[in-house]
Amino acid sequence: MTIRLGGIIAGLAITAVLVLWSLLPGAYSYAFDPPAEPQPSAAFYEHGHGPEGGFAFDGVFGKWDMAQLQRGYQVYKEVCKSCHSLKFVAFRDLSQLGYTEAEVQAEAATWTIPGKDPATGEQTELPGKPTDYFPPVYYAGQGVPPDLSLITKARHDGSNYVYDLLTGYGEPDPAKAAKVGFETPDGLYFNKHFPNVNIAMPAPLSDDQLTYADGTKATTAQMAKDVAAFLTWTAEPSLVERRQTGWFVLGFLLFATTLAFLSYKQIWAGLKPKKK
Amino acid sequence: MSFAWAKQYEPQSAFTKWIDEKLPLPRLVYNAVGAGYPVPRNLNYMWNFGVLAGFFLMVQIITGVVLAMHYAANGLVAFATVEHIMRDVNYGWMLRYAHANGASFFFIVIYMHIFRGFFYSSYKAPREMIWLLGVVIFLLMMATAFMGYVLPWGQMSFWGAQVITGLFGAIPLVGEPIQVWILGGYAPDNAALNRFFSLHFLLPFVIAGVVILHIWALHIPGSSNPTGVEVKQESDTVPFHPYYTAKDGFGLGVVLILFTAMVFFLPNALGHPDNYIEANPLSTPAHIVPEWYFWPFYAILRAFTGDLTIPFTGIVLVQAKLLGVIAMFGSILLWFILPWLDKSPVRSGHYRPLFRKFFWFGLIPTMAVLFYCGGAPAEQPYVLISQLATGYYFLHFLVVLPIISQIEVPKPLPFSITEAVIGKGSAPEAPRAGSVDGGDAGTAPEGSLQPAE
Repeated sequence: MTIRLGGIIAGLAITAVLVLWSLLPGAYSYAFDPPAEPQPSAAFYEHGHGPEGGFAFDGVFGKWDMAQLQRGYQVYKEVCKSCHSLKFVAFRDLSQLGYTEAEVQAEAATWTIPGKDPATGEQTELPGKPTDYFPPVYYAGQGVPPDLSLITKARHDGSNYVYDLLTGYGEPDPAKAAKVGFETPDGLYFNKHFPNVNIAMPAPLSDDQLTYADGTKATTAQMAKDVAAFLTWTAEPSLVERRQTGWFVLGFLLFATTLAFLSYKQIWAGLKPKKK
Repeated sequence: MSFAWAKQYEPQSAFTKWIDEKLPLPRLVYNAVGAGYPVPRNLNYMWNFGVLAGFFLMVQIITGVVLAMHYAANGLVAFATVEHIMRDVNYGWMLRYAHANGASFFFIVIYMHIFRGFFYSSYKAPREMIWLLGVVIFLLMMATAFMGYVLPWGQMSFWGAQVITGLFGAIPLVGEPIQVWILGGYAPDNAALNRFFSLHFLLPFVIAGVVILHIWALHIPGSSNPTGVEVKQESDTVPFHPYYTAKDGFGLGVVLILFTAMVFFLPNALGHPDNYIEANPLSTPAHIVPEWYFWPFYAILRAFTGDLTIPFTGIVLVQAKLLGVIAMFGSILLWFILPWLDKSPVRSGHYRPLFRKFFWFGLIPTMAVLFYCGGAPAEQPYVLISQLATGYYFLHFLVVLPIISQIEVPKPLPFSITEAVIGKGSAPEAPRAGSVDGGDAGTAPEGSLQPAE
């Protein structure tokens, strides 16, 4: 009885404190205080939906498009790498993109990696080996461009996000911008798919900026899609293997659970009451 | 312990006889989860979740021990060693995703287990000790899960550790020294990461120990059941093995299918993208949210937005933050006195019309709202809604339950479990009659329902 009485008193006291000191003042200011002004940039943000037709790896049966991953790697190498590192990926991993061992070795050798001169012991730069990781980037400007190894997992709906961001550059609607007094600050660039629409990265891609080794036409959308696919692979190299393993495990479990159900039914059969 | 008609372990071979004389471990298992444990015959699938919780504890320990072989608890390399597991360790991605989603599934089955306890009043005499040990396990699980989430050393790891240890900073006078002592510094760093790893490795074994006590305490009165009527006669029970090993085996299969679907097809759906960004003390994430299984309690923490002041004087008695901390811990600690708050002699919610209404239309929606608001940003109208829900949460346990257990007129209970299952007409005349099927005993599996000789 004492416990219940104490409980009732404590419960009423907690609720009273909550209602009188937190809920009512909060409700009052919610009802009567003017709502906070939304950021002018909020009016310009547009939610993207990824590339038209989606990616080859979308869906539970999706697979890598090797040619696309190779093109995406080319975009990274010729465009992104001047500012963005890829520190969790090693050159040996490129063999997963369909390159032979010799090709991986040759590709690694086109990169220079900080290291020691074997003859003098001095700090120098050496041609990359397959066992090396992609080299760090020393960015001269302000801020730190993020490492891209995990970028598609570090953003919500990351593969589509990367594509949308790379294709979201442009100019804000001038009439609308004048109305709300919106201006992109100096040193930033307008991008309608970036959360606050002002991004420090200038538009990195433009049509025919590079020549694809496989002859695909290098439009901005094509390059954005290819590099988004490549960065999906760098973030989750096991994606396709994971799903294939998953189907195998699911199949086994369905079989085993069916057996478990049948044995459950059989064992309990003698015990179930007869319907009268 | 156990009922008079429980089957006795009889070693068959010379070897098992020898073992039984020296160390009767097989006998212990036989009596704990084998044919020697008589269980009410009418358990529904809500009684499956204890076994499932034990299963996921084992999943977490096994995957966790292997992950620990490849992980390094050092702020400089922790994030990179997790990526090493994901990329270079054979099936490391599978281990890590199984461990991360295994934590979520552990909490899912534990919440089902706890809500089974709420609805069927499993906490009532003679099972109070089982309930108390269960609350201890739940608290240990929360501590373990929190420290485990810090280990990948991503942004949410770091800032989650900052916020949660900051709760101790709300304690008057000694709060800040305690926070510094817990973290081993003024902010989460190597010292905190190392001790969290050490404790994250230790606590699951402490949990396993308390689980053994939990099961031991369970075997004194035996399992409860959906009618809430105690076992009266042999026909009320069936041996745990093979009846419930078979039923639980099927339930385990269904849950494993769901678990597999998450691990292999949506492994990051329950995580936060920010935790794939390495911890950075100089960059605060826009919204710091804990893992989903803490959301209801996080909502209670944030519901207290105003300091407790003396009106018109501006004198602060208790700061809002401390009120929130007290309420959050109190919301779980009050489960410890639950057996003494709800004094209705009837256990099962099925026979308690008033209790049942408050359960389905009060407690369950409240928990759903708290869950949703805990994951939402701390702005209106979520704050207002979570304040209403928090208020009802405390009223439900501390005021509603004691009062309805006093005024409620329960529905008539069946005489026995057998009567509840088979119906009045065919119930055996005399207690402990062997047959349950009203003269059709031949269909009953051999030995299972015969009186103990």
